[in-house]
Amino acid sequence: MGSRASTLLRDEELEEIKKETGFSHSQITCLYSRFTSLDKGENGTLSREDFQRIPELAINPLGDRIINAFFPEGEDQVNFRGFMRTLAHFRPIEDNEKSKDVNGPEPLNSRSNKLHFAFRLYDLDKDDKISRDELLQVLEKVDVEQKMSIQFLH
Amino acid sequence: MEGADLAGKILSTWLTLVLGLILLPSAFGVSLGISEIYMKILVKTLEWATLRIEKGAEKESVLKNSASVGIIQRDESPMEKGLSGLRGRDFELSDVFYFSKKGLEAIVEDEVTQRFSSEELVSWNLLTRTNINFQYISPRLTMVWVLGVIVRYCVLLPLRVTLAFFGISLLVIGTTLVGQLPDSRLKNWLSELVHLTCCRICVRSLSGTIHYHNKQYRPQKGGICVANHTSPIDVLILTTDGCYAMVGQVHGGLMGVIQRAMVKACPHVWFERSEMKDRHLVTKRLKEHIADKKKLPILIFPEGTCINNTSVMMFKKGSFEIGGTIHPVAIKYNPQFGDAFWNSSKYNMVSYLLRMMTSWAIVCDVWYMPPMTKEEGEDAVQFANRVKSAIAVQGGLTELPWDGGLKRAKVKDTFKEEQQKNYSKMIVGNGSLNL
Repeated sequence: MGSRASTLLRDEELEEIKKETGFSHSQITCLYSRFTSLDKGENGTLSREDFQRIPELAINPLGDRIINAFFPEGEDQVNFRGFMRTLAHFRPIEDNEKSKDVNGPEPLNSRSNKLHFAFRLYDLDKDDKISRDELLQVLEKVDVEQKMSIQFLH
Repeated sequence: MEGADLAGKILSTWLTLVLGLILLPSAFGVSLGISEIYMKILVKTLEWATLRIEKGAEKESVLKNSASVGIIQRDESPMEKGLSGLRGRDFELSDVFYFSKKGLEAIVEDEVTQRFSSEELVSWNLLTRTNINFQYISPRLTMVWVLGVIVRYCVLLPLRVTLAFFGISLLVIGTTLVGQLPDSRLKNWLSELVHLTCCRICVRSLSGTIHYHNKQYRPQKGGICVANHTSPIDVLILTTDGCYAMVGQVHGGLMGVIQRAMVKACPHVWFERSEMKDRHLVTKRLKEHIADKKKLPILIFPEGTCINNTSVMMFKKGSFEIGGTIHPVAIKYNPQFGDAFWNSSKYNMVSYLLRMMTSWAIVCDVWYMPPMTKEEGEDAVQFANRVKSAIAVQGGLTELPWDGGLKRAKVKDTFKEEQQKNYSKMIVGNGSLNL
């Protein structure tokens, strides 16, 4: 009962996530509500079962692989930071970001990071077995930006 | 002893007040207008609170609750368009984009899991339980909130508990007494009287304000009444305006006592737990019930579980195979005054009732709809979907094809296989191209 969402997410954490992922203040709060509603165990992390409880994800042919993409190597729990980091790949590239300085770290939702995410969905044992040149050639022709972006509101 | 005297006097004054002002009038279906005044004051207070919150939000640029708008704008393109191919084109590595996007969209916001928790309000209604994103605005608002807490917990709660106690005891005693009589017109009339009276008292115990629409379509004897399910209170709301034969499992405890008492006065259809599994037995008994035109209409909730009153989920076809006339009823609660949804995984029955009794009020609309029957060439599933659409449209609810059982169970593998089949059909095509 009560305002779990705003009390458990500290301001410093929110700022760090904002810098790392580029989501806005309100978007992060909304996504935190979503994270806590999926977290049935109420321990601040999501397990694979928490994801599999979403029916639309369970019937997705790539459902299991997408779920795996959230969990770091060998771990069974993902915290909010990890959750946001993976979601950040799907943030559309905004106009004011396109001309950012080249020297800074690459944003999570850059074109090449989006491609990297899609690549990881194929590379199950994470050993680069798919020929990368081939993959890039095919994907060059595809509108990666539109296909790998979700319209987050405001 | 003075203390005991005083306590005794307070108790007797309290009881007289309750009896005189609430119990007796509601027993006769008469209203003294007290609850109307209460509702008017409540509405004015909530409107004032909403204005204050909005003004405060602008001043401090506090986050607005965009629950009604959603987190993302979903890309609703179907599989064919999303994969940007004609039928029978080859598999491409980029196909993974469509599925991963769909999957991530579902993780951020999906249609099903949100139906199993309470609806988020657009503007706060001064109850702690609905306070998700609203922050401290002004001292006046906090004072009103404190006043609200006092009124709800110290004035309304004892009143409502007293009423509920009277209502349930009267029901049990009344139906047991009526049950002693031999079967006759008198017995039926008395049993209806007892049911209606006690239900009215119980509705008062929740400060229920119910609007019935289209009373000319009220379910008739020998028919089946079908409604969307939000909480056990649905039963109370429907039986205040007419008598129904209930269908359900035999429970233990207080529910069991009530069930056993009710069945003495009029024939409800209670099943043992083991019998519920036998679909043929259930259908047979229900068919026998409606064949007797003198028996009351059966009340069934085809969703099978409580949904949060924002949508209607899959109707199980069992009720639609019995035959007979279906009388659909749509029930829509107004969440501003109190959230009626029973989240059975979070709250048990007692805490749920306590939450009900400490809300402002239960306000809902009930629409009776014209009867429907199965048409030629229509099977039970199609009929069920037709009734479901009608109820969803009438009540202003979203319609979902998903099964309410997903609250507890996992999706069946057959649904996943269907998606895989659709995708492979696109790649392989009819087998005539690309060979």
